[in-house]
Amino acid sequence: MSFVQNFPFFSIILAMFSGIVSSVLSGKKARNLSLAMIVVTTVLSACTLGFCLRTGESYTFMMGHFPAPWGNEIRAGVLEGVTAVLFGVVMFLSVVGGIAHTAEDVEDGKLNLFYIMIDLMLSSLLALVYTNDLFTAYVFVEINTIAGCGLIMIRQKGRSMSAAIRYMIMSQLGSGLFLIGLSLLYDVTGHLLMSPAKDSVELLVATGSYRLPLLVIMAVISVGLAIKSGLYPFHYWIPDTYGYATPTGSAVLSGLVSKGYIFLLIKIFFRVLGYGNLVESEMVNVLYLFGITGMVMGSIHAIQEKDTRRMIAYSSVAQIGYIYMGIGLGTTAGMVAAVFHIFAHSATKALLFISAVGLYEVSGDRKDFVSLRGAAYRNPLAGIGFAIGSLSMVGFPMLSGFISKLLFATSALASPHKMLLTLFVLAVSTTLNAIYFLRLVITLYSRPREGDRPLPDNPVVRRSWELKFAVICFIILNLVLGMASQPIVQAITDGLAMFD
Amino acid sequence: MSRKRDNYETSRWKKFKDWLDGEISPLDRGMEAREAFFVKEEVSAEPIRQETEGPELSGAGEEERRREVLRARGIRYFQRFYKVMSVALCLGIILVLLWTVASLPITGNAANPDNNEVAARYIERGLQETGAVNIVTGMILDYRAFDTFGESCVLFIGSCCVLVLLRLDSDSKNESIRKMIAESNDRHYEPKNDLILQKCACVLVPVIMIFGIYIVLNGHLSPGGGFSGGAVLGSGFILYLNAFGYEKMGKLFTEKLYKRTTLCALTFYCLAKSYSFFTGANHLESGIPLGTPGAILSSGLILPLNICVGLVVACTMYTFYTLFRKGGM
Repeated sequence: MSFVQNFPFFSIILAMFSGIVSSVLSGKKARNLSLAMIVVTTVLSACTLGFCLRTGESYTFMMGHFPAPWGNEIRAGVLEGVTAVLFGVVMFLSVVGGIAHTAEDVEDGKLNLFYIMIDLMLSSLLALVYTNDLFTAYVFVEINTIAGCGLIMIRQKGRSMSAAIRYMIMSQLGSGLFLIGLSLLYDVTGHLLMSPAKDSVELLVATGSYRLPLLVIMAVISVGLAIKSGLYPFHYWIPDTYGYATPTGSAVLSGLVSKGYIFLLIKIFFRVLGYGNLVESEMVNVLYLFGITGMVMGSIHAIQEKDTRRMIAYSSVAQIGYIYMGIGLGTTAGMVAAVFHIFAHSATKALLFISAVGLYEVSGDRKDFVSLRGAAYRNPLAGIGFAIGSLSMVGFPMLSGFISKLLFATSALASPHKMLLTLFVLAVSTTLNAIYFLRLVITLYSRPREGDRPLPDNPVVRRSWELKFAVICFIILNLVLGMASQPIVQAITDGLAMFD
Repeated sequence: MSRKRDNYETSRWKKFKDWLDGEISPLDRGMEAREAFFVKEEVSAEPIRQETEGPELSGAGEEERRREVLRARGIRYFQRFYKVMSVALCLGIILVLLWTVASLPITGNAANPDNNEVAARYIERGLQETGAVNIVTGMILDYRAFDTFGESCVLFIGSCCVLVLLRLDSDSKNESIRKMIAESNDRHYEPKNDLILQKCACVLVPVIMIFGIYIVLNGHLSPGGGFSGGAVLGSGFILYLNAFGYEKMGKLFTEKLYKRTTLCALTFYCLAKSYSFFTGANHLESGIPLGTPGAILSSGLILPLNICVGLVVACTMYTFYTLFRKGGM
């Protein structure tokens, strides 16, 4: 066994360990430790990805002395590697971009607690990506939920408390349903590890026994994780949560946390329940319907919204709808598109939240978009970042959003029953996206006029180089995803093939 | 000239421009009832909303009032509908889940899917492979130790969240928090030197403590372990605190001690288990002796891990209690 194969395990444990150590460090040291840890884990994930690409196959890693059906196990393949690297990069840039605001929003004595949340959040995301065991997945879903709550409420200003409570209730509902699903699954298969559980599920499907429990398991697990990732009818926690957390918190929650759950759902679909069984049971059609409703309704809500960050949050609802629509198409091409959109959206949404912060800074911290008029002239780089993020969300060529829209459209062509509806909703949703995002961009680049409320005499300008650095890196990441998409799409396709 | 202007005022282009400037919202009208139902209390955006709606209100007061009445009625109907639907939804979910449970395998049946090779190996070879007489402990701290490490991190992050919420920092920038600290000292209202409580505590606390330690240390031999033993220990601390007050407890247990204990316990757990995972996955000998089954010093890492978990749980319970009583530890 090659030494590189240990790296997924190292990265999870390293993230947890730095969280534990941070509890006795001062805020600044905890921050530096956290940044260093994120860099190291990302490098480790990149090495794992390189190894998997070189060997061309996935491998499982025993957590302890006992093999598969008895002990815990994690698994790494190409798709896991790509996802872990991307999550690491987005996490690093979100933390860096929000450093100045985190220091301001969080009390000094509690700064180290904030970075404990970040560390454990990353460890749980990595564990959700790498896990090969259903119960390990549940444990880390719990850590993820609590860390998410902590990231929201640590601001202790305005409505962040009620946002945290709302998030907690909805998230716990999702976790509860997920746990019910796992218990039922254990009852009918007798396994918690993914590969043996899949064998039993296939046996059950072949013999036709326990048909009702299997259907309920599929429904309950899908709905549980859909609630946690904010699919349309269950999205009521999203605007408050993303709108009132610290900038880093918003970027991490929208860019990574919901994507971690969707990745877990895809993994369970492929590695436990069997995607074919889901397609047969019509479960994917339900997700498809919710997805396309979300694509339209999320955009309509965003158009109504006046607060910029809530507007971006509602746009997340629409984008999560895209991902579920891709999953719901029921084809591998649709799944590839969905996974690519996970990447595209997490890079773009984090960029939008971070650059929006740069625009608030120069507009007296007012949240409504009218006050942002002309903000792009006051902070040019943040304006460019926001414009690029918006264009990417709308689907402008060369940017990541374009590729995912293209993939969605081409994969829709391959599924005859859903083709027309998908293409129609894609067109409608793109138009709606353009309406509210371009309105924002035009507002940013129009000159202030007389009727506007004047800016505060002494606008607090905290132009930090960290923010600039993060915005530039995010823009590059977006361009890379948009222009060098071919190898990434290939890696996703290979990785999904390894899931079976 | 004026006519041209009128046209511009009512033209689509003007509407589009107004919307672009954030002065009107074309979709608001149809969605008003819903918006009012989920009460929005935007602190920052409130003044602007009033500014834009102000002239409209004064212009058509009668019309507006009539609409207000209609809207209130709409909300009432909607709320009633909402209640009925939520009850129906809950009943539906309950029905489906009960139906599912009815079609699950019967508990205790030997042919059930969960009576498979996994459980068989835990029972038959658990003692030999982990050295723990208590199979459950062997399972959670050896076979599936990674999950249990995750669980102790759940406790850790839970206590961090409670610290975020309830700890009041004296050097806080926020005025209201400093005020809260000044008010928070409610300790002098507590009954002091309650003789009955103190005497009972004198008898009970040592017994509870010894029992807790016994549960933790014998986790691998008899029912118990870190989680349950830690909870007993924590309740012993809480009883002592109630009987003798913070001053005496402060001599033993401070925030510093809490931090250090949690840090040491979790660090040891992390390092020990990492070593074990690493050797296991790379097929190396771990070199940790399992000892004679049944002896107190046996079963390899399980005993120290149980102690770690017990310490974390006890500290977390005690911290929660002190934080919920206003003021710090």
